[in-house]
Amino acid sequence: MKRRTVLAGLGLAGVGGLAAPAIIRPAMGATVVGVTKTEIKIGHIVPYSGNASSYGVGGRSHSAFFKRVNDMGGVAGRKINFISLDDGYNPAKTVEQARRLVEQEQVAFLFNPLGTPTNTAIHRYMNQRKVPHLFLATSADKWGDYKAFPWTIGYAPSYRTEAQIYGKYIKQQRPNAKAALIYQNDDFGKDYLHGLQDVYGKDFDKTFIKVVTYEASDATVDSQVVTMKDSGAEVLVTGAIPKFSAQVIRKAFDIGWKPLHIMSNVSASIASTITPAGPEKAEGVITSQYLKDPTDPDFKDAPDMKEWREFMAKYLPDGDTTDANYVYAYSVATLMHIVLKQCGEDFSRENIMKQASNVKKVALPLLLPNMTAATTPTDFRPLKQLQLARWKKDTWERFGDIIGA
Amino acid sequence: MTQSNSRIMLILFVVVAAVVPLVFASGYQLFQLTLVVAYALSVLGKNLVTGYGGQVSLGQGAFYAVGAYTAAILMEHFNVPYWATLPVAAVVTGMVGLALGLPALRLGGLYLALVTFAMAVAVPQLLKYKLFENWTGGVQGIVLNKPDAPFGLPLDPDQWVYLFTLAVGVVLFVAATNLVRSRIGLALMAIRDQPLAAEAMGVELSRYKTLTFGFGALFTGVGGALGAIAVGFVSPDSFSIALSLTLFVGMVIGGASSISGAVYGALFIVFVPNLAEEISKAIPGAIFGVILILFMFFAPGGIASLLSAQMRRFRAAR
Repeated sequence: MKRRTVLAGLGLAGVGGLAAPAIIRPAMGATVVGVTKTEIKIGHIVPYSGNASSYGVGGRSHSAFFKRVNDMGGVAGRKINFISLDDGYNPAKTVEQARRLVEQEQVAFLFNPLGTPTNTAIHRYMNQRKVPHLFLATSADKWGDYKAFPWTIGYAPSYRTEAQIYGKYIKQQRPNAKAALIYQNDDFGKDYLHGLQDVYGKDFDKTFIKVVTYEASDATVDSQVVTMKDSGAEVLVTGAIPKFSAQVIRKAFDIGWKPLHIMSNVSASIASTITPAGPEKAEGVITSQYLKDPTDPDFKDAPDMKEWREFMAKYLPDGDTTDANYVYAYSVATLMHIVLKQCGEDFSRENIMKQASNVKKVALPLLLPNMTAATTPTDFRPLKQLQLARWKKDTWERFGDIIGA
Repeated sequence: MTQSNSRIMLILFVVVAAVVPLVFASGYQLFQLTLVVAYALSVLGKNLVTGYGGQVSLGQGAFYAVGAYTAAILMEHFNVPYWATLPVAAVVTGMVGLALGLPALRLGGLYLALVTFAMAVAVPQLLKYKLFENWTGGVQGIVLNKPDAPFGLPLDPDQWVYLFTLAVGVVLFVAATNLVRSRIGLALMAIRDQPLAAEAMGVELSRYKTLTFGFGALFTGVGGALGAIAVGFVSPDSFSIALSLTLFVGMVIGGASSISGAVYGALFIVFVPNLAEEISKAIPGAIFGVILILFMFFAPGGIASLLSAQMRRFRAAR
């Protein structure tokens, strides 16, 4: 009996200790954490180590970006304190780092943490704690679920958005053609199925006469390509990662199948898809883009490209200016900067989330011309536009208008 | 130190380990300490196989994953309460360990190391495999709810999970100590040091080797289940080959043939990578490597043996 009382007392003391940290409450129901008169604390998680460490450049770019923001006076007179931690792409570690940032470092919010499994691991935690989980570096569609997860918001066009755009294009170009779809049997691949179903609705089964899947652990998809050809389809949509996209391109060419081939932009990499497939076999394949390619001569003199190059030269002189990850990072960090400026003097978590979900159409630097980012309280998908590009000889050639989902 | 003395020390240690963090640690620190206990159990499993049994296993992470997934699948698909998943995880990983212990009889040394390594490489892929996907959730993994404290105890989930994990850890550590001191433990060490002599004295090699593998897997598996409950999420990416290597590091740093070494090793693998990251974000791996080498230089037999040597010196000086 006595011991239980002592234990209960200790427990209470513990709870009190937990609740104590500096939470200032300026307005009714508003929670300000990680922001003082002189500082805004932002948390970030990215793999600096391990297999996915090539994404670590995103963290370096953000650090440099906010350093420039600080050099130019900060936001609302406050300096950005950007804390970026390594999770090695291990979801268990992501949980640890997110908790460290939220509970130990007391950051105002998390910005642009990378990866689908890693963000899945902290999705519920961030929303239970009501900490803004902003502009994630993953294109899964579930980050747009504003009803169930009102504190989480994505950034890049989701795979589902991408597939919807492909669906629109096919409908317009080949209204009566029969089509085939191959997708990876997981959430990533299923986003392509769902996006096409969004566009075709009841007619999906009539148009897509052959739908096949593969496992990420499969050795090859050759037999799936053969069955798709035998179905007589004239349009092919590939929702796959580079290894399998390369196989689809190669096998279709080798068996003499020449459909209108649209391939997920995850596989747009020349090094990991086109070269292994053979550039001549990829002739005519279509994919999509939303960022300016830093090597594209069309954009050599674009003002935003110049601004970015100056930034790179001054703040990241050893950064590789052909690495698209830097382009991506610069565009999303700019959006973050805009949202912070929009907050005015109210940096409560509620207002940060409110501003992040009320971005009026804004042309971010390094997005393709005429593209904008926008959010509303019922639209947590900032980017919803893409431009198609066709593989020609040795490069992707953009064509047609910007297409919105 | 007499037997009763060491028992009092143990009880004191447990009380301190239970009470001090509850009062002083934040939720995040409690979470880290919970991971320390989970990893300590896993390293302990590895200590039994490698340190005491003398069989090099590089695939302990696979057992950790099996334990974690057993707990997660039971909680997600069968609504089994979190505490009831532990015995099942123990039995399942123990069985897997026994099954894998069979080749351990035929393969020695480096070959066994390779086979277990292959296992650790294969497990994350198997977890994504289509046949099991309905259970494992594929690449997306399984999100778990954090258990609340029972009986209306005034503890938040972090505090409760820590206490629960600590309690399980203490029980299993006491069990492991008894195991090592028992006939089985003596037989194991005899096999490790002098297999021929041990056999000549009537120790049945095959039986004990298989048993060790089973026990090692069991401890690691329970650690995995506790880790999954604490993290609240399992996915194939959580159990890559790096996990097996991390457990290996924990074993060597802590002290391979020592029970307490598992705790030191676990503290090392939870806190030192963060420390390395504090020192330099650009090259955390290199810093971690340097720290590792320094430890090996100054504590070649592991932290446990360094501490016991200090203790002996201290006592001799008195």
